[in-house]
Order: sequence, then structure tokens, then C-alpha cells
Amino acid sequence: MRTLATKSLAIGAALAAALAIPAVRAAETTVSLCDGESVMSIPGLKPGQVLPPDEARRVAVDMMQLWRKSQGETRWAAWTKEAEAARPEPAAAEEKQPTKFTARDQMLWKLEEKKWVEDGYKAFHNSKALGGTIGISCDMCHPDATNTHPETYPKFQTQLKKVALLRDQINWCIENPLKGKPLPDGDPALRAVEAYILSARKGVALEPGKH
Amino acid sequence: MKDRYDKYLEDREKYFDRVVRLGRRDFVKAAGAAAAAAIASSRLLPHSFQPVDVVNAAAPERSFRFAYVSDSHLYERTLNERFVRAILKAVDDVNALTPPPDFVLYGGDLAQLGQPAELGEGAEILKALKPKVRMMVGEHDWYLDMGEQWRTLFGKDVYSFDHKGVHFVVLNSVIVEDYWTGPKLTPMERMQAMAQLDNPNGRPFTVGDAQRDWLASDLAKVKPETPVIVFSHSPLYKIYKAWNFWTDDAEQVQKILSPFKTMTVIHGHTHQMLSNRIGNIHFHGMLSTAWPWPYAPQGLPKLTVRMNRSDPFDELDGCGDGTVDVFGNGRVDKQYNSWSRNPVRVSAAYLESDGATDPPARESDVNY
Repeated sequence: MRTLATKSLAIGAALAAALAIPAVRAAETTVSLCDGESVMSIPGLKPGQVLPPDEARRVAVDMMQLWRKSQGETRWAAWTKEAEAARPEPAAAEEKQPTKFTARDQMLWKLEEKKWVEDGYKAFHNSKALGGTIGISCDMCHPDATNTHPETYPKFQTQLKKVALLRDQINWCIENPLKGKPLPDGDPALRAVEAYILSARKGVALEPGKH
Repeated sequence: MKDRYDKYLEDREKYFDRVVRLGRRDFVKAAGAAAAAAIASSRLLPHSFQPVDVVNAAAPERSFRFAYVSDSHLYERTLNERFVRAILKAVDDVNALTPPPDFVLYGGDLAQLGQPAELGEGAEILKALKPKVRMMVGEHDWYLDMGEQWRTLFGKDVYSFDHKGVHFVVLNSVIVEDYWTGPKLTPMERMQAMAQLDNPNGRPFTVGDAQRDWLASDLAKVKPETPVIVFSHSPLYKIYKAWNFWTDDAEQVQKILSPFKTMTVIHGHTHQMLSNRIGNIHFHGMLSTAWPWPYAPQGLPKLTVRMNRSDPFDELDGCGDGTVDVFGNGRVDKQYNSWSRNPVRVSAAYLESDGATDPPARESDVNY
């Protein structure tokens, strides 16, 4: 059986008041509320013991009731009304299929993609990250990835004498202006640079084959 | 001893020198007189010379010519030979000009990361230029040691001089506010931050209060009808802030320049053909010897005829040097000597007429 109290309600109240601490009964745990005044004891809960979840939830409800009582029903009603008014109107119910993907999923996807693009940005702006040997980095000719036109690949690259993908042209740049060695298709740095270039051209219409 | 042909060339030079100063009516007289003289000396001028210069008869006389080399971004030769090869090519170009230019302007960004070895190497290479060299500083030369080494090698970064009736001013337009002391950047970190064109944390270039005061007092000694040519590393107008194709106090600088009837600003930094006119001020960009920049996504002046997008498979394409012809009236024609391509001339008449006459050839292979 729990005991509810708005003021310290326990043995040695005078002593407790003198010490400005809530009185505590032996073998009981006392919790105080956020108003800094109300105290509630949980009989039978020894220091160090943990309440089972259901019991803990009931304690929380009791604490709320105690606080509500201490504030008075009029104020409580006013707050409730205020909170109701502040709650946004639910959007006109458009029938949508349920999805198993949550907002949290979407946030994770964004973060992962951002990380990849950022890795690409770093490699693009670093003369060594892609194996370059003469101090030249991609951004020196392509600030903000301009003049990379990834939307035009695949296309027949006259100078390469073959149809090229963006990554073939990146590799050509690594080999020639940067004086490095071409990277294998699956190389993380190559993939990251490709991701950065593509993300910099977000929204541009695809025009494969354009020269 | 001069042979007959030398004499003929000399006469021809004199003849055309006179012709370009003449109006159309006088030209007819001069041509008649020249023909008569030729007949008298039994040497007829080849017929083909005459029509060529009828076109030029109304053009003002060229007073002198200077050349420019700019934005070489040198690393040490042991690290990167390509940029060294490129500036050497520019030196050869300038030394081969006939007649030789009166002087050469170096447009800034001689070094890539302001290293003493890079600047020293550049200084050595520029010694091979036969004409006198006038130096200007760029941000790549400046931000490792705030210009200390550059000034040791080349002297003042801000100065003026007079040449054949034209007043020349060289500015240091790459001053930015201190954003390195707070976050405790090392000199090298500061240099690298400044060297990144698309650095989102960069600061805009300025000429700054002190230098604007100096400019105003320098120009106070110059008559408003005297032609003035100003060299700045960044364009003294605003194209695109994110790449510092921009000078933040450009309007204030333009205000100091605007009382002069014949004012030209020639700038580096942008590595591309750029033409603009604001009031009576004509603006021209310079090519880089090292690499061409793409055009900025916004802010391009309407008088700019863009150069074709460069071929990445040709390391010289889109790079180059150039010359500036200064006429008797102080106006200039700007020649872009674009390697691997035909040269392009942006004439004073083109800018003067707001693009109505003498437009340079349009590009056929646009950027995207």
C-alpha cells in the first residue's frame, strides 16, 4: 500500500523540516516531484532495488495524480485546454497505404548518403586521395564539380575511342592530369567521387550521349 | 648592308604607319602619293597591301604594346613539371613577339602554395623574359607568409608607374579578413584554405580601406584626361562570390576610377576570357598558363564572349598568355593568345560600342 502526501508525511516531521530533507521511513524509498515540494514514498522498495516495469509505470501515474491534486483542478483544466489548442490539426485524412519504413529509416538513409558524398568531396579536393602524384586535385579544374557533366554519360568519348561512363572519365583524369594509377571499378574512393559529382548535379536532366 | 628587300620592308613599315593615322579622304591622297613614290623609285607596292589598310585607316594609331603572363600556379619542378612547361612556353611566346612588347605584366598566382621554393623557381623563370617585368601578387603567392617572400623577391605589391603617357597602377586586391587566428590555423592550413577556389568557408577579396586611400591619393596626381590602366588580381567587379570571382569593395574602387575618361582594368584569377564595361571603365581578364576555370554559374557580364570549353585531353587547351595594344587615345585592344586555338581579340571598339561593333567570334562549344 502506497502512501500519498502533499507535504512530508512521515515520522520525525519536525526533524525533517529542521534538516530540510524529506523524512524517510526505514526500508522505504522516497521520491520527490518536480515541484520541489511533494514527496511520495514507495513502501517495501529497499535502496538499490529496481521496480518491475509495470509497478514503475503505476508509480509514475500516482506521481502525476499527486501533482495534479497539488495544483488544483482549475489550473489543470486550463492547461489541458491550452495543450489541446496547441496541438496541430491532424492533416486531412488521405488514405495512405501503410509503409514499413519509418522517419528514422529515412533519416539514416540521408546520413549514410551524406557521409558518402562527403567522402567524395574530400577525395575530390585532395591531390593525394585518389593516388595523384603531382599536386593536382579534381577541384582545380572543376570547382563545385562544374564541367564534369555526369548527366551526359554514357557517351562515345572520342579521345578514349570507346563509350565511357563517368567513372572511366574520372579514371582518365586520375591517370593524366593527376598522374596516378586508374582505380578498379569497386574502389571506395572512386565510388565516393562519383557520388559527390552526381550529387553536385542533382536536378539536372539526364542527357546520355550529349557532347 | 641593307639589301633591296630590307629597304622595301622599311618603307612599307613607314607607309602603313602613316596610313593608319589618316582619315579615309587623306588616305586616298596618301595612297596616291605612295604609289607615285613607288613608281618613281620603280618599286611598285604589292597590290594586296592596300585594301587591308583601308579598313584600318580610321583606327587610332597603336602607341605601344605590352604582354601578359598570369596564374602559373607553380609547384616545385620535382613535384609537377606540367605547370613549369606551361610558363616556359609563355616566356618563349613573349620573347618571340616582334616588335618586342614594352614590358610584361605578371598577373599573380606565380606559386601554387606560396612556398619559397615555388616563388623562387618562378622568379628564375621570369628572368628569362627579355622585356622588363612588372609583378602583381595573387592569393596563392600571399597567404603562406602574408607576402613576405614575395615582397623579398619582387618588391612592393602596390605601386604605380607611368609609361608613354599612360598611368599604370598595380593593386593587391586579394586582401581578406582574418579568419585564421580564431581557429588557430597554421600558415599552411591558411594557405590551403585560400588555395581552394570553392571553399565554402572562404572570405571575399577586397582592396581594403588603406589601399583605396592610397589609390585615391595616387590618382589625385593624375589628370582626368590621362589614360589609366589598373592591374588587379581579382576582377574589380562582382561575378560570383563563392569562387571569389569578386572584389567585395568593387563599387568603392570603381568610384575612385570613374572620374577618368579612359580607364581600363586588367585582372587575373579567373583563368578565362572575360570582358566587361561599367560606365567608362573597360575590364579584361587574363588567361592562365596552368589551367582554365569553368565559367561561374552566375554573374557573367553581358559583354563577355566566352571561350569554348577546353579539351581535357590537351593540357595546353584553354591556357595561354596575351598582349594588350594601347592606342594613342589610351584605349586598349586585348588579345587572348589561347594555346591550341586561334587567338581572340577583344577590341576597344567592341566595349566602347557596348557590343554593337567588332564582336569577337562567339563560342561554338559551350560549357554545361
